[in-house]
Amino acid sequence: MSDPIEFVMPSLGADMDEGTITEWMVGPGDAVERGDIVAIVETDKADIDIEVWHSGRVAEILVPPGRLVPVGTPLAMLDVTDGEAIPPAPVAAAAPAEATAPATTSPPPAPPPPAPPPPAPPPSAPDMVAITSPPTRHGPTSYGAGDSPATGDDGAPASRIAASPLARRLAGERGIDLSTLSGSGPDGAITAQDLAAVSARPRPVQPEPDRPKRDPAERMRRAIADLMARSKREIPHYYLAADIDLEAASIWLEAANAERPVKDRILPAAVLLKAVALAAAEHPNFNGFWLDGRFQPGDGVHLGVAVSLRGGGLVAPALHDADQLSIPDLMVGLRDVVARARSGRLRGSEMSDPTLTVSNLGDRGVEVVNGVIYPPQVSLVGLGRISTRPAVVDGEIVARRLVTATLAADHRATDGQLGARFLNTIAKLVQEPEKL
Amino acid sequence: MTDTITYRDALHDAHREALEADDRVLVMGEDVADYGGTYAVTKGLHEEFGRARVRNTPLSESGFVGAGIGAALGGLRPIVEVMTVNFSLLALDQIVNTAATYLHMSGGQFNVPVVIRMATGAGRQLAAQHSHSLEAWYAHVPGLRVVAPATVTDARWMLASALDDPDPVIMFEHAALYASKGELSDGGGPVDLDRAAIRRPGSDITICAWGGTLSKALEAAEELGSDGIEAEVIDLRTLRPLDDATIVQSVMRTNRAVVVDEGWRSVGLSAEISARITEQCFYHLDAPVGRVCSAEVPIPYPSHLEQAALPQVPAVVAAAKAAMNR
Amino acid sequence: MTAALPAIETTVRLLGDMIRIRVMEERCAELYQQTKIRGFLHLAIGEEAVSTGVVSRLQPDDAVVATYREHGHALVKGIDAARIMAEMYGKVEGCSGGRGGSMHLFDADHRFYGGNAIVGGHLPLAVGLGLADDMLDGHRATACFFGEGAMAEGEFHEAMNLAALWDTPTLFVCENNLYAMGTSLESSESETNLAVKAAAYNLPAWSVDGMDVVAVAEATDRALTSIRGGGGPVFLEAKTYRFRAHSMFDPDLYRSKDEIERWKERDPIVTFTDRLIEAGHIDAEGIEQLWAGARAEMDDAVAFAEAGTWEPVERLTTNVYRRTPSSGHPAPETERGQV
Repeated sequence: MSDPIEFVMPSLGADMDEGTITEWMVGPGDAVERGDIVAIVETDKADIDIEVWHSGRVAEILVPPGRLVPVGTPLAMLDVTDGEAIPPAPVAAAAPAEATAPATTSPPPAPPPPAPPPPAPPPSAPDMVAITSPPTRHGPTSYGAGDSPATGDDGAPASRIAASPLARRLAGERGIDLSTLSGSGPDGAITAQDLAAVSARPRPVQPEPDRPKRDPAERMRRAIADLMARSKREIPHYYLAADIDLEAASIWLEAANAERPVKDRILPAAVLLKAVALAAAEHPNFNGFWLDGRFQPGDGVHLGVAVSLRGGGLVAPALHDADQLSIPDLMVGLRDVVARARSGRLRGSEMSDPTLTVSNLGDRGVEVVNGVIYPPQVSLVGLGRISTRPAVVDGEIVARRLVTATLAADHRATDGQLGARFLNTIAKLVQEPEKL
Repeated sequence: MTDTITYRDALHDAHREALEADDRVLVMGEDVADYGGTYAVTKGLHEEFGRARVRNTPLSESGFVGAGIGAALGGLRPIVEVMTVNFSLLALDQIVNTAATYLHMSGGQFNVPVVIRMATGAGRQLAAQHSHSLEAWYAHVPGLRVVAPATVTDARWMLASALDDPDPVIMFEHAALYASKGELSDGGGPVDLDRAAIRRPGSDITICAWGGTLSKALEAAEELGSDGIEAEVIDLRTLRPLDDATIVQSVMRTNRAVVVDEGWRSVGLSAEISARITEQCFYHLDAPVGRVCSAEVPIPYPSHLEQAALPQVPAVVAAAKAAMNR
Repeated sequence: MTAALPAIETTVRLLGDMIRIRVMEERCAELYQQTKIRGFLHLAIGEEAVSTGVVSRLQPDDAVVATYREHGHALVKGIDAARIMAEMYGKVEGCSGGRGGSMHLFDADHRFYGGNAIVGGHLPLAVGLGLADDMLDGHRATACFFGEGAMAEGEFHEAMNLAALWDTPTLFVCENNLYAMGTSLESSESETNLAVKAAAYNLPAWSVDGMDVVAVAEATDRALTSIRGGGGPVFLEAKTYRFRAHSMFDPDLYRSKDEIERWKERDPIVTFTDRLIEAGHIDAEGIEQLWAGARAEMDDAVAFAEAGTWEPVERLTTNVYRRTPSSGHPAPETERGQV
């Protein structure tokens, strides 16, 4: 005869985790046959006859009737005569469920689970469920000053700035404080379009603790990419071009520069910029912004001048009230802003204020510039190379100094007819440089 | 070279080709033989291939869908036609409890290569027991593939891909499409059942549609285009598994999305797609994902009420403009 | 009337199979109470003559489509007891890779199509298997088992109609144990003569004593002869009784102990044992060898299951699709099975 074995409170179903012996049908010393009913167990459902799985003799009753015990609790000891018993399941039976069950936080609703798989991973293992998808690679980084999880004095969340997720991300990337913007979206929410009106400015206080530092050139590229892509997505561009005769302007410039030191010489570009500024004042439909689904005229003519940077990229800072400046003053302003752009010392207002932009690639040998409008501006004037070309004047072919001026304009704000007039005005103004 | 045919004829040709190509293929369903199929897709095929392979069934959806599943287990390649998705609910047990589970609960031993086709959708004043779009019920279930050909080219070629698939494929055909005509690309071939298709490229907003809503989405996109909004229209084609990659890549570019679903808004595919976009594109969204769905009402009989219940082009245009803040 | 005994090798085999089922299922009950086996466990103790009598008469390439009370059918069809037991444990070595458990035993090699746990749901499937055999092969048969409770399901009627309409080679076996869980036949069927009810579908239908393994085997032979001869489907009702409760957690409130005891007097193993001894087909020692052999087989099966492996959780989403989708949420490729 082998050692006595335990006769335990059986599990009679997945929803049974405890039971009460209401009656023992056997006592110590009684012989039992496999299959005999030895006790009656009361469960939540009903009284159930419990049979014994081995033949032998009852050695000891461990649990008297009336006591509620968990599944697996030894109820009696049996001296068996019919061989080996199967070892109890490791979790089992013998111990209260909490002891060895896999880590779950909820109380076990049912009898102890079966032996856990050996390589049981923690319940939160990420590959447990294939259908979770990572939110995005951006993680919980805070975007934009207005996005910080500020709390008020009472610990409640401070009023949160309404902004689209994209706007928050872009603001964070460009260092724009959302609280300085007013949104054009539903309920005043800031959208990416609102950010397009603003360019990078120094980020106030808030350091970016964990964010990987991005190469400034890469940031610049990214900002340009976003802005230009947005422009081409949103703005239905139309393009016009006209050759402008610079003969008169060139003669006037030669005279004006005769008395000036080389470093103060006025470039033809200044004449053209002045003409554009005056034309813009005369044609206000090209001087301003497309916002909230309508054109909003600019407050003054602030000419953005596209300046390419030595490290790559470009900025277009504003020459404020360019239509009010004399050509020499405008030239001074132009030199100043180009120098500061290239040394990174532009002022925020210069970045955000332009009401239209001029892009001059003439000194790079380009004939025609078909530009991309800076949103939310509505026009961009492109200037090509000043070259001597054959032209017909009074029925004769003569050599003239010409420049091709182009207009890229937002078709939502203006039509080609108006654009043509705008270009013509520029051409006409240039013919009388002394009046500029 | 292209050819203009109807969606119905494209499906007909696909069935004939399937029957010709493989002796194991049989078509079974209510009135698929003499009547020619409820939507005349199988018209005349019983004369060519015999009544054993183009097999009429009694009105017994659970029975014949289950028999189709059993026949697939037994080595045939059955195409089971169910008249409408509403009727398929009588066979829901077979599809969900058997077709979708057998591979899994047999530990990988028994796959079920059956194709179950059914009409879906409203628009023909057939009222509340013949008009619903219950694709989402099936798209919910792991183990099923759910496809929805929306073009004549997909109608022509998707069946062969579905038959080649070793798993149960549920194919939804929007009833309004059968008579529609389209250009069939010459020399078409197998359709990748795992991939959505971009039917119209655009850069401003992504519109997701499938089956019966694709044409509405395309029409809306044209209208938006005349307003300077370039909408990208994605034809999901496969509703399970959803081609997340195509949707996500598009929304990453456009930053906005609208889902057009003839099913109801509550707990449906539009909710699923919207959730996936939000999960995977959150920091690229510049507006909430828009949804244009059927009104929360059983489809009514009178035409004006039925049309009012369904997603329509102006609603798609409006949803897109709202997302564009315009 | 009691059928005449077949040859000794057949009778001893029938008795041996019934004993194997009995020993296996009693072992299962014990393992369940020890929490080795979980979920639902439905035992067919008392009903062994039906599964043994029918399945033993099938050819190896005939198919079986059974219910969730299918352990005996699987064993007699030829599935290794060890793989059945491992499946009960949920181990990878189980005949369904551990994914099915007691209610979902499957085996492609033995054409064993479950283990189906939607009452009535598998009947149309059996018709389809028959349809495929009819169109592709022409000699194989499918035996489809179901309880009398399934006859109240619509799918029973649809399947009977289709099978009779299409003359599929299907043997429908109703294992009438008088109770659908706790609902008696009288309180669930308007016509309690089940063969009469089935005959409405214009197919051969008759009843047999499901406690007499020879009677069941003979009826099966007769049915299969008709089926293989192109006679279309046959319905067979086997009147039987389960000695234990519906499942492990069933207090058996709906029937009397007297009734159970009366049926136990007709225990198919006890009565058949007596009959074989009386007829000189076997002696007491031979009987003891059958039991000892079955116990040894099941000891080995339990040891095999105990030693089996748990499937790694990393493989959770396998076997959802045979062809892994290349988009959406992927599931790893399946590793087992046939095309």
